[in-house]
Amino acid sequence: MRIVVAVKYVPDIHADRGFEGGRVVRRADEGTLNELDENAVEAALRLKEALPEAERETSEVIVLTVAGPDADGAVRRSYQLGADRGVRVSDDAVAGSDYFGTARVLAAAVRRLADEAPVDLVVTGMAALDGLGSVVPALLAAELDLPQLTLAGKLEVEGEPGARTARVTRELDGVEEVLEAPLPAVVSVTDHANDPRMPNFKLIMAGARSRVLDASPRPPRPDAEIVVDKGEGGRALAEYLIRNDLV
Amino acid sequence: MSTPGTRTVLVLLDSAGTELRSPVLELITVGRSLGRVEAVALEAPSVGVLAQLGAYGVALVRQAEPSSGGEVVTGDALHLTPVVAEVLAAATRASHADAVLLTSSFPNKEAAARLAFLTEAGLVVDASALTDGGTHLVADKRVFAGSWDVRSEIVTDPAVLTLRANSVVPQPADAAVATEVDALRVELSPAATAARVVSRTVDESAGAGRPALGEAAIVVAGGRGTNGDFGPVTELADALGAAVGATRDAVYEGWHDQFVGQTGVTVAPRLYIGAGISGAPHHRGGMQASQVIVAVNNDPECPLFEISDFAVVGDLADVLPQAAEVLREHRASQG
Ligand SMILES: Cc1cc2nc3c(=O)[nH]c(=O)nc-3n(C[C@H](O)[C@H](O)[C@H](O)COP(=O)(O)OP(=O)(O)OC[C@H]3O[C@@H](n4cnc5c(N)ncnc54)[C@H](O)[C@@H]3O)c2cc1C
Repeated sequence: MRIVVAVKYVPDIHADRGFEGGRVVRRADEGTLNELDENAVEAALRLKEALPEAERETSEVIVLTVAGPDADGAVRRSYQLGADRGVRVSDDAVAGSDYFGTARVLAAAVRRLADEAPVDLVVTGMAALDGLGSVVPALLAAELDLPQLTLAGKLEVEGEPGARTARVTRELDGVEEVLEAPLPAVVSVTDHANDPRMPNFKLIMAGARSRVLDASPRPPRPDAEIVVDKGEGGRALAEYLIRNDLV
Repeated sequence: MSTPGTRTVLVLLDSAGTELRSPVLELITVGRSLGRVEAVALEAPSVGVLAQLGAYGVALVRQAEPSSGGEVVTGDALHLTPVVAEVLAAATRASHADAVLLTSSFPNKEAAARLAFLTEAGLVVDASALTDGGTHLVADKRVFAGSWDVRSEIVTDPAVLTLRANSVVPQPADAAVATEVDALRVELSPAATAARVVSRTVDESAGAGRPALGEAAIVVAGGRGTNGDFGPVTELADALGAAVGATRDAVYEGWHDQFVGQTGVTVAPRLYIGAGISGAPHHRGGMQASQVIVAVNNDPECPLFEISDFAVVGDLADVLPQAAEVLREHRASQG
């Protein structure tokens, strides 16, 4: 089985982020592997580990990222975790590309890998915690013309080599779905799917089909009015809501 | 694009239930400010839905009748994301739409992206407002956990947007219209139904009697500080007619079923009350865009206080029931 895991470098969500000239600015030293991609790497490693030994030895987990050389440390890190290969696609035209551009470049890279030997599964995280569009996996499936099984809380792969199906269970907005598709397919996993073993990445993205007109930090909220409960805290809360027409 | 007020806007009706939910009515309200609104339905709209559409000034519903390789596609398969996208693409062509609006659920964001992919449209997901800039449509969006506002103009025609709940107050049209249903035949690509729906279960009881978390105007959320007892949280929610939310930790403990945050439900209500919640970045990311934030926590150093408008330092098991009691009395005194 050959599994490609698409991962992304993002700014640390605990660090300051902002805009400059219509582009997201990120400081290199604040980059991390998008936390939610750890679940994707984990899912791929577990699928490989569950294979019978003979097949496992010929199977490959390939970590794919679109980023500059500063991402190499993280690609190296993915070897330590058990990935067999790391591929970094670097293209200046890609820096600052939008969802569509990102999906197109990832798709081209997956096709290149599939030219070497068939790719059975492409796994991604559910969203990048920076852009939080969570639409790249669906676009990647569209680009590759493969079935999409996204936002999986559970992923199972069944069947014999060459005739496998992936089955995912997902629960979204009160709708529980079980979806199934023959491989090859594009799967995105949520952080419910597993408990990952790892950490470190980074990349860039902003708008192209839409253009940023104006980006401004929201004014900080004024300091909170703080009441210490000495028996009347609940009443004070209720009165605050009533006074501000919030009931 | 055309002059303001004369655009054609498509709105996806995402549930076939007996009535349209508030976020869909918001989309129609926004759409009407731009021009003529047409609806797209995956399943036959009920009589109640048609009446609502009429009241909101929607004269035409395009009801999808997709087929694949000559076979009619019905039932659960209608909800496959690529199917929704291809249906919307066909509707966009049929109505020469300038904009397509969807509510901001995860599946809808994906459908919107695939639609934009098919129609080479400009895409904005999770917009908080949409206006007409004259030449182009202009979308507002809050990013980086609600700490920045970004305004973009969509330079490609059509524009595809998912709009967050509570962006506007739903307003019926000045004059109601009669709503017609037109069949929209769509021949799907083979890839659209490449995945199969093994089962699909809609949890009708989800939040029975309470507004849905992602749509509510008021949210009361509980965290680890509840110690497993959500009684005080639900009591206050009921006194306010609010939805109940939680942190991820509380959901993983099995204390509640839905959590607010970057990997859970994003909320931007008029009022958010967080009780026994520390205010971790992952949680804040899903609620920081709320208009008014109130926190109840026994730790005066709790980080959620930093982004709160009002806070009570105290035990939530005392504070919430007392607040609920006062609010019930207030409501009773208002008649
Ligand atoms: C990849 C990833 C994604 C995540 N996504 C999300 C997400 O989407 N949403 C989310 O919520 N979390 C998410 N988390 C978890 C998040 O990081 C925090 O761990 C979580 O939000 C903390 O939950 P909490 O506030 O309930 O618990 P704690 O941080 O333990 O806080 C409990 C609070 O309760 C207070 N308290 C205790 N007793 C009382 C009392 N009697 N009365 C009043 N106050 C009391 C304490 O002072 C404390 O402030 C994610 C984590 C990761 C790694």
